[in-house]
Amino acid sequence: MVINKIKYFLIFFISFFLIFINPILPQKKDSCVDCHSQLERNLSLPVKEMEADIHRERGFSCFTCHGGDPALDDESSMDEKKGFLGKLNKKKILSLCSGCHSNPDFMKKFNPSLRVDQAELYASSQHGKLLASDDDKVAVCSDCHKPHGILPSNNPKSSIFPVNVPETCGICHSNSKYMEEYKIPVDQLDTFRKSVHGVALFEKRDLGAPACNDCHGNHGSTPPQVTSVANVCRQCHGSAGELFSESPHKKAFDEMGLSECEACHGNHEISKPTDEMLGTGEGAVCVKCHEVNSRGYNVAFKMKQSIDELKNKERKAKEILRKAEKAGVEVGEAIFSLNDVNTSITKARNLIHGLDMTRIEETIKDGSAIADKAYKDGEKAIEEASFRRKGLGVSLIFIILFIVSLLYKIRQIEKRKIQRGK
Amino acid sequence: MEKNFLYEWFSKRIPLKNMIEFGKKKTVPVHKYSVWYYFGGICLFLFVVQVLTGIMLLLYYRPTAESAFESVQFIVTQVKFGWLVRSIHSWAANILIAASFIHMFSVYLMKSYRPPREMTWLTGFFLLLIFLAFGFSGYLLPWNELAFFATQVGTNMAGAIPLVGGYIKTFLRGGEEVTGATLIRFFGFHVAVLPGITTVLLAIHIYLVQVHGMSAPIGIEKNKIKEEPFFPNFILKDMVGWSLVLTLLVFLSVFFPWEIGVKADPFASAPVGIKPEWYFMFMFITLKFIPGKVLFFEGEVLGIFGFIFAGIIWMLLPFFDKKAAQEKRSTFFTLIGVFVILYISVITIVGYMLPGK
Repeated sequence: MVINKIKYFLIFFISFFLIFINPILPQKKDSCVDCHSQLERNLSLPVKEMEADIHRERGFSCFTCHGGDPALDDESSMDEKKGFLGKLNKKKILSLCSGCHSNPDFMKKFNPSLRVDQAELYASSQHGKLLASDDDKVAVCSDCHKPHGILPSNNPKSSIFPVNVPETCGICHSNSKYMEEYKIPVDQLDTFRKSVHGVALFEKRDLGAPACNDCHGNHGSTPPQVTSVANVCRQCHGSAGELFSESPHKKAFDEMGLSECEACHGNHEISKPTDEMLGTGEGAVCVKCHEVNSRGYNVAFKMKQSIDELKNKERKAKEILRKAEKAGVEVGEAIFSLNDVNTSITKARNLIHGLDMTRIEETIKDGSAIADKAYKDGEKAIEEASFRRKGLGVSLIFIILFIVSLLYKIRQIEKRKIQRGK
Repeated sequence: MEKNFLYEWFSKRIPLKNMIEFGKKKTVPVHKYSVWYYFGGICLFLFVVQVLTGIMLLLYYRPTAESAFESVQFIVTQVKFGWLVRSIHSWAANILIAASFIHMFSVYLMKSYRPPREMTWLTGFFLLLIFLAFGFSGYLLPWNELAFFATQVGTNMAGAIPLVGGYIKTFLRGGEEVTGATLIRFFGFHVAVLPGITTVLLAIHIYLVQVHGMSAPIGIEKNKIKEEPFFPNFILKDMVGWSLVLTLLVFLSVFFPWEIGVKADPFASAPVGIKPEWYFMFMFITLKFIPGKVLFFEGEVLGIFGFIFAGIIWMLLPFFDKKAAQEKRSTFFTLIGVFVILYISVITIVGYMLPGK
């Protein structure tokens, strides 16, 4: 009985302490924040940036990375004997970050879904290799993830949010002076901006569009070699890649040492593919390798011709259906069927990567049948419009005759009335 | 011989003789404003057109969200002359409302509402409201994008009325949102409830017109007024008017067939610059121009109450116009009529001139 009373009293006392007393007790001292927030801009900026930092939200502070004793007020807090590390060099940054981020047991407590192989991947990257050879200019963790204001990757303000990734990489890779000694181009960001991927990412804000890391990797970033470029593109363009692998081009490209997709489409400045890239005309990529009247040249010509023919049929069907629509005949279904023609054109464009003329022609044939039917529907609709107009003309004659006879009858009645009046 | 037999047979059962006698005696005043008399007949003719074409459409129309649009598409593309029937139904609906407005304002300005024709005015006023309800409910039936969102806007307006608005909105929509339930409900109103009410009101309206005859404008002395027989003179002229309206309907249906639009998608966002049918435009624009807050009242609520109040006043004006009742000119009431006509016309034009954003 007495034990029970003591138990209840203790529970009450502890709850009371936790709820009411704890918030009014003085909080743990953090002299790093206290002093640095009052210093000049460069020294106070980390404190300001840390306000939204994900580590701070999880309860970490300056001393977690920089060491020292934040409980002390004076300069002794930054004593090496207290473990103070000061400004960290790149290698130290890597080991410090991986100290936690490569430890699965530790990371599970905060974010169990976060990968813990970043350091391992980094070691395999071009950046990692250069750092291992004592190059202190290469990017480490803190170069891509703002060191004092790390935000989750899904935060639009984060330096690694998809739309911001190219700019983050561009900090170094667009700086010609900084990159001078590496002898690699610095126009990637500018060319990427103009590319179909860049336009999708920057202008359409399409987060599914690839940024630098989607092709090059992030922590394990390396320039894809000729042999692996195609695999990078296949991540999204799987069907085209598969068709290419089955095509005669695969063997030929391998023998010539050409990187598959990149050979025709380019790399950073991949412009929107057009039909002009196909065939033998100006701007066609096929003629880069295939000589005039060679077999490949003729196939390229035929492929382009087939697609052009279907496009032409689609255009004609569209024109006649629009005309019928303007004439007032309902052709919504036929217009809708043209979507299937468009699908056939798109399918044929993709099949070109396989160079299989039979499959391409089959697809073109399917599309042609739909386009022909739509055109015929258009012709019928025009005939219908003409029939309606003629019908209107005939019915108008009858209505006018009826009106005239009515007016004649009215006149007759009124005449009779006048005569009766006389 | 057979005619006589039939006549005898019917006259024993219905007062055929009286009716024929009445028809022979019935006359219509002839004066410079006589032309306005024909609009009543035109409204009746268009209503008959609506009933006939509506029945034809009913043979194929399916009132569900899944198949309404497709059934209209089928009518227009596959059914013989379905396009013509559908277009005539849609055009006639609009012309009927326009003719009803003309009929109402001509009656108003000629002060034909004066005693003993107040009841004729009242039934006519309710008939116009019913025709507007026909227009509103019929507009949704093809289940296309514009109709879907216009119904959303229209029913939302009803929902803005304090206290009862929420119930009215739920009743009209058959739930919280515009769905297939709304479509079935509107279909029910359009083909059963409204035609039933119209038949009763129309019968009373026509009966009263026959009982009281057509009113001559104020200022024309009764004994000096020229008159012509209703049968056959006036009815033949009426038929000329109907034939002209029929010509207009067929012409519009051939050259400007009513569009089907795009099938309604409840998950799509409303098209930019959505506007109601022309006959609701003046109300829509007025509500748009009223500030969000007027003193302590919500602007929209105030506007809706304003229209209800104005409608009631308009309906009761014959009872206030004492001068007209004494066969005297009532300029004040004429000015009210002119103001209402100008207001509706100008605001409607403004509505169409506003950019679609």
